[in-house]
Amino acid sequence: MGKQATRVIVNGKSHARVIDARLTLADFLRHELNLTGTHLGCEHGVCGACTVLVDGRTARSCLMFAVQANGCAVTTVEGLAPEGQLSVLQQAFIDNHGLQCGFCTPGMLMTLTELLRDTPAPSEQDVREALTGNLCRCTGYAGIVAAALDAAQRLRGALAKPGSP
Amino acid sequence: MGAKHFGARVTRLEDPALLAGRGRFVDDVKLPGLLHACFVRSPHAHAKLRGCDARAALIMPGVHAVMTADDLPEPMRDTALPLLLPNPALNVPRTQTALARGEVCYVGQAVAVVVADTRYIAEDAAAALIVHYEALPAVADCRAAAEAGGPGAHSDLTTNVASTFSLAYGDTDAAFADAAHVFREELWQHRGGGMAIETRAVLAHHEPVSDLLTVWSGTQTPHIGRRMLADLIGRDLQSIRMIAPDVGGGFGPKAIFYPEEAVIPAAALKLGRPVKWIEDRREHFLCATQERDQYWDVAIAVDDEAKILGLRGRMLHDTGAYVPWGIVMPYIAASTVPGPYVVPSYQLETVVVLTNKVPTTPVRGAGRPQAVFAMERLIDRVAHELKIDRAEVRRRNLIRPEQMPYEVGLIFRDGKPLVYDSGDYPRGQDQALALADYDDFRERQKAALEQGRFIGIGLANYVEGTGLGPFEGVTVRVLPSGKVAVATGATSQGQGTRTTLSQIVAEAVGCRLDDVVMTVGDTAAISQGVGAFASRQAVNAGSSAHVAGQAVRQQLIALAARALDVSETDIDLEDGLATAQRGNKPSIAFGDLARLAQGIPGVSLPVGQSAGIEHTAYYTPTQAAYCSGTHVAEVQVDAMTGGVKVIRYTVAHDSGRVINPLIVDGQVQGGVAHGIGNALLEWMQYDANAQPLTTSFADYMLPMATDVPTCAIAHVETVNPLNPLGVKGAGEGGTIPAPAAIVAAIEDALAPFNVRFAETPLTPERIVATLRAAGAYDRLFAG
Amino acid sequence: MKPAPFDYHAPRQLKDAAELLVRLPNAKLLAGGQSLVPMMNFRYVIVDHLIDLGRLDELRGVAVVEGALRIGAMTRQRDLEFSPEVAKHCPLLAEALRHVGHRQTRNRGTIGGSLAHADPAAELPAVCAAYDATVHALSVRGIRRIAFREFCTGFMATALAPDEMIAAIDLPIWRLGHGHGFHEFSRRQGDFAIAGAAALLDVGADNVVRRAALTVFGVATAPLRVEAAEARLAGKPLDTAAIRAAAAAAWLIEPISDIHAGGDYRRHLAQVLSARALNDAARRAGVEA
Repeated sequence: MGKQATRVIVNGKSHARVIDARLTLADFLRHELNLTGTHLGCEHGVCGACTVLVDGRTARSCLMFAVQANGCAVTTVEGLAPEGQLSVLQQAFIDNHGLQCGFCTPGMLMTLTELLRDTPAPSEQDVREALTGNLCRCTGYAGIVAAALDAAQRLRGALAKPGSP
Repeated sequence: MGAKHFGARVTRLEDPALLAGRGRFVDDVKLPGLLHACFVRSPHAHAKLRGCDARAALIMPGVHAVMTADDLPEPMRDTALPLLLPNPALNVPRTQTALARGEVCYVGQAVAVVVADTRYIAEDAAAALIVHYEALPAVADCRAAAEAGGPGAHSDLTTNVASTFSLAYGDTDAAFADAAHVFREELWQHRGGGMAIETRAVLAHHEPVSDLLTVWSGTQTPHIGRRMLADLIGRDLQSIRMIAPDVGGGFGPKAIFYPEEAVIPAAALKLGRPVKWIEDRREHFLCATQERDQYWDVAIAVDDEAKILGLRGRMLHDTGAYVPWGIVMPYIAASTVPGPYVVPSYQLETVVVLTNKVPTTPVRGAGRPQAVFAMERLIDRVAHELKIDRAEVRRRNLIRPEQMPYEVGLIFRDGKPLVYDSGDYPRGQDQALALADYDDFRERQKAALEQGRFIGIGLANYVEGTGLGPFEGVTVRVLPSGKVAVATGATSQGQGTRTTLSQIVAEAVGCRLDDVVMTVGDTAAISQGVGAFASRQAVNAGSSAHVAGQAVRQQLIALAARALDVSETDIDLEDGLATAQRGNKPSIAFGDLARLAQGIPGVSLPVGQSAGIEHTAYYTPTQAAYCSGTHVAEVQVDAMTGGVKVIRYTVAHDSGRVINPLIVDGQVQGGVAHGIGNALLEWMQYDANAQPLTTSFADYMLPMATDVPTCAIAHVETVNPLNPLGVKGAGEGGTIPAPAAIVAAIEDALAPFNVRFAETPLTPERIVATLRAAGAYDRLFAG
Repeated sequence: MKPAPFDYHAPRQLKDAAELLVRLPNAKLLAGGQSLVPMMNFRYVIVDHLIDLGRLDELRGVAVVEGALRIGAMTRQRDLEFSPEVAKHCPLLAEALRHVGHRQTRNRGTIGGSLAHADPAAELPAVCAAYDATVHALSVRGIRRIAFREFCTGFMATALAPDEMIAAIDLPIWRLGHGHGFHEFSRRQGDFAIAGAAALLDVGADNVVRRAALTVFGVATAPLRVEAAEARLAGKPLDTAAIRAAAAAAWLIEPISDIHAGGDYRRHLAQVLSARALNDAARRAGVEA
């Protein structure tokens, strides 16, 4: 019942599959494409661990069927930086102890990637409000908030210096 | 000890992979031929099982098996899961069978398992399975259940009281008879959960050529899990390997051995294919163990100077339908009450009651938040009644540092007398108050009130027995590559175990942090292990890492001295290189020493040299390590809505010598967040038939980023004299006093209305109802 | 928590969507999916056919038509949040949107989906009630206009016929210079409200209220216009006493009780939040009440 041909561009690479209509985008990424960085913590759209970018906007991949992403460009945590490198935000997470068990972390990174793109100079309150869509049980959020503010500052610094990477 | 790695704010070795999406959690493990399981669970809180019809499920395409208890191997079929912590005071040592037989005793108890090609199909088939139940009366409220004559949580039991025990010392009767003041409080703390963001997970694979059963489990205790599984399926330990790979948070509930950890391996053996089960969030709400849920009726006796003379009372503990961890949690609660105070006499009767709910076992704090809530609420009451500042009442009663080691007069749950090894409680409280600007708070409060804002401050102290035994092991081995391999039975669910143990080993051995290759949570890596609970790993595994590292250091020095033709005292070890301070041969790398240590085939080793460079240490603590702390919470209350915001939070924390301040601060901050959840948000609700009501993250509320301020944290380092590193545990202290401090702060904010609170979570609705009863709205609506 | 199987349809023409809805048995429309998909994952909702409206570009957009702001049903909440037209003409909607879920759910969630779901604690139905919105219900029979007062028929129930879908919503535009206020109390940021209030006030230069709308939500099975409050305000000078008296009218509602809150608390909140919403609206209308 309900097989559908679907093509999704994930982290810049096109993937065509014939899939069950009911397959969630999260399960498609994790089990069809083996991109297991996207995690499932609740499957009802609250915890945010499964957050990915769909056409540049954050979305719960547990609340989308993969068929809905037909023709869309999806970015997952694996696509945030080239293999073997870390983005400015990812590095800021290390420096500010922004993760403990690391399970919620990919979702946090996706939300903050969108925030820092749209709001380059966020206040602490901006960061905290953006993060309300992502639950963390380990850190008490302090390191995540610090990492986001730190990364925002580093990214602004990089912008201010033309020619810097 | 040099301070190159130990004590340094080292960023974590775990982070790069997790940040890149290259973590390896159980659900990330893919095996050829993998099948997926879904459990069929009781919708009744209490019912007789009257058979099961699997025909419709079995004919569905993609379904491989439906198993009920009858399909399980011996002895698992009829054997209750092991009771991990027996206790003579436990009258009803009841645990569940892997799949229910005859009777189900809580909603969510596993009745059958379906194995299919995908989880989707397994859920389709589970929905098609017909189980016949005959509903029985359910026991939901432990207060009613404790009384004789009501329905039983198990139909064959004539009582729901699983245990009654009393902890006491001194003469409370005399203390209360002579006291100038006696105050009594009735208190309650909610039932809540660990709620790790990764749910539980099990993957089992039997490899017939080697006859090895490998089980990946999102557990805190793989060695214990392997032992229990071996007993249940009748295999030797060596033929089972249990691996806890990356685990997405633990917080206590993952220390339990669960039915699924037995059933999934049984299914894999039966089907000859790997089988995976990933708990979904709804199952986690139904089946993962929970905590708190205690009713306290306690009284304190004090003199006119607010000096404590005695404390006595009764506590009722809802243990749910089974007691997989015995009575350890109520026992910890009962023995934690005196805390950092001189309490000359004490008596607490504890009644452990069975109900038709999922069992309670330790969740971050493990009984201590309730005990601290009881003690601190009583002290606040004393301060209120005697009109003495709350910090001052505490100061008058705190154990002085010169009284250390301090014998409380009780036996702790480690079986040893409750003796605080070290600590400076007055200094801790003073530091916390200074950092929180406690002294000028009244001015700030007054200024806020003039703007119509109700702010309040509260404080709470605690002492926590951490670092419990029996042991944890660490093997340190220098490899021919120059890397230093470390293996331990300790596990990690986010605590940074790899990083802290690497720091200790690198410090001891003299290698770079990057050269440490760590294996945690794998029974194949080390023969004995225990795992993560009771904030025990820094003390146990940390000490073992130190001892093993020092032994390896000696081996390296001896080998290097021989190789470089100098005496052992001339050898320095640093960054993986042994350097001679004199002589012609300047240095030799650890890798070359490791090759030397392999010897030459057929040639005898030099006298005194052992095979390879390695050592295994199993540190066994003589007793618990007692950490302590003071929390100060500042809140703002919207008196009109009852909304509470924690606006400032301060912690002074003594976990002994700090191995890595980055990680300890993270543990404290995360613990406080959990405590804020307990104080204000988290509440696992059940109806009168013991049906769970809050089984989603929309209904069971975890704290969000807007609910948790960044804490100010001071480290009070008093060295623990009982272990070689001087450390104490740090994992739970953040949670333990938070509800007490926050509720006190709310009361303080609403002091103009003279209201008192005695429960958590303290909901806005309760605050408004209390304010209304106090007549607050006659004033507020008029104003 | 995986959904039961279904067939998926993604029509590209409105008329195809309407025809599918008539033709397919046990079918459901998929808009943003932020409420429907959780219920499907829990298997509270099991459908044979899912009709995805996501490819219907004609259902997206915001325009001023006939004195009203017309919003396509499939317009994402996040787009409305940043829409200059919404900010200019319906600032109450803009303010309410900040309380709707989280940025990730607003990126997907649509206004039409929220209205069709009709959660009594949701913000967008409350705003539509305050504006006396008109819902354009589309079916193979054409477009039927439903006044919002008739739209919510009970707990999570609407006046939509089984073959109808929301195509657009008209929010009548209030006079420039009117005041708006929106307050809700939820346990955490982004949670459904335990109670809330949305207010619109049009106040003349003489400080007399020309028009007032007050909606409370989360307290009953559907958002509720507090007509007694509006009657106390309209045609009278606006001051603190008037607002207090109007807010007190919220005390008269019959509240619901559930695991999140009891009725008494909800009624109390309705009163408190009505006062706050009216105060904001008064201030924005240029009155320091």
